[in-house]
Amino acid sequence: MSLNQFIDSLLAMDRIGLRHQLANEIAQGSAILTIETLVVPSLEEIGRRWEQGNAALSQVYMGGRIMEELVDEFLPSAAPERRNQPAMAIAVLEDYHLLGKRIIYSTLRASGLELTDYGTVSLEEILHHIRRDKIKILLISTLMLTSALRIKDLIQQLADLTSKPLVIAGGAPFRLDPQLVQEVGADATAAGAVDCLNIVNGLIEGNHAG
Amino acid sequence: MPVKAMTSMERVLTTLGHEEPDRVPLFLLPIMHGAKELNMSIKDYFSRGENVFEGQMILLEKYQNDVLSNFFYAGVETEAWGCDVIYREDGPPNAGAGFIRTLVDIETMSIPQIGEHDCLNKVLKATELLKNAVGDSVPIVGVVISPFSLPVMQMGFSHYLDLIHDHKDHFWQLMAANQEFCVAWANAQLAMGATAICYFDPVSSPTIIPRELYIKTGYKIAAATLPRINGPTATHLASGACLPIADLLPQTGSAVIGVSAEEDLGQLKEAFKNKMTLLGNLNGVEMRHWSPEDVHRIIKSAIQKAAPGGGFIISDNHGEIPWQVSDSILHTISESVREYGHYPIKTS
Repeated sequence: MSLNQFIDSLLAMDRIGLRHQLANEIAQGSAILTIETLVVPSLEEIGRRWEQGNAALSQVYMGGRIMEELVDEFLPSAAPERRNQPAMAIAVLEDYHLLGKRIIYSTLRASGLELTDYGTVSLEEILHHIRRDKIKILLISTLMLTSALRIKDLIQQLADLTSKPLVIAGGAPFRLDPQLVQEVGADATAAGAVDCLNIVNGLIEGNHAG
Repeated sequence: MPVKAMTSMERVLTTLGHEEPDRVPLFLLPIMHGAKELNMSIKDYFSRGENVFEGQMILLEKYQNDVLSNFFYAGVETEAWGCDVIYREDGPPNAGAGFIRTLVDIETMSIPQIGEHDCLNKVLKATELLKNAVGDSVPIVGVVISPFSLPVMQMGFSHYLDLIHDHKDHFWQLMAANQEFCVAWANAQLAMGATAICYFDPVSSPTIIPRELYIKTGYKIAAATLPRINGPTATHLASGACLPIADLLPQTGSAVIGVSAEEDLGQLKEAFKNKMTLLGNLNGVEMRHWSPEDVHRIIKSAIQKAAPGGGFIISDNHGEIPWQVSDSILHTISESVREYGHYPIKTS
């Protein structure tokens, strides 16, 4: 089947059709191959359309959620085929707007990556979690400007760690103000889920976060 | 012949009629900056209607603003539904976790009664004091969160998107309750002296949901809600895009549309010409770093693109200027509007 047909099914939220299509593809190849050739490109395309203003955030969210559910079904978390990767986590700093975090989480998991979801955390909590879990890549999603500015405090405190994680920050304030990523001192910013996935893949392949 | 100076109300009404007033109206909305003026914490400032009244009157004078706002913080509505509000020292109070955790919560919830909640009463008090102070010389804008967008705070954004897509009966049950509250809350503000109501509806933006879903949900809800509000309304998508639904928004009955910094003002002007007045579209997040030269360039460009023929109010693109924006930038914005905003607009 074509990638375009798969994307259309995903935008139409046709769970039954998508499950059927995925099962067929996996039967002819493997789960990992299907994720790489069908799931990731379809999520990337929908994410790209959102970044260009040609798709809505709800479609990015629902697409990621449906794919995450189906990929979990065909490739459970403990499956040996899951990718070998550095410890990664996602969080929101002192903010209750969690949609962006959920979208990134689902997209990365549907792409075969594993990450821990810390939810909404304070500065003290996230520092504790990073030390405990030896996190190498930290993703922080924001909606409010004040939450984005809080990342600066986090980065300052992370400097004391012997193994400081790479921090990728994203969300509306970073989209509206391209200078914000330098202002808070994050290592990178992602314009959306697809951009985030590419950055994470680049870090893993370049072994910068190993 | 020089145009006679108008009051803020005359200026705004003229532009709403898609005619040219004496100059472009300025809706400067540094909502939290009143706390700085009164040397109070944000939490203390928003604890009483009298404080917001005093702060708004200072800001009106200080920046020669053309609007008064009775807006406190978005969570003031969900506070009435039973949610917490989380205060910050350097930003807007945030709505805490939602009170809808299961579908049963939607079946059993009761609609807050206006007049029974301190969080709503303080807004009404500020409105009444503002009206007593300025009469009909300056528009007082009240605010409601749309029935369609309120659930983001009532239950969390991702759970709400799940509800829209997977539990349609409960979604419409929630919309019916929210609509009753929204209409009552808007009309209470109008009764206390608000001139118009700003209907904040970010979820309806094509940034958030596709046009097809908007037609079945946010559009239908706005078209049913806005006619029940006893005064003029402005729709604000809180920095979300609006061009893909530009043909539908005027049909909801709203006279003004809050527009995003991420869309071109020239295209917006073309799309809404003589149909809706544009409100926007200064980038509040970026505004923190603007130099005086940036302010002049941006204000001049916005006015040249959107002001000719009226139907334009210059403002930020979100409905609230961040706490971190300095007084000096706000002063420069106000001065620039006076420098470039007098009609007839010089377009070269």
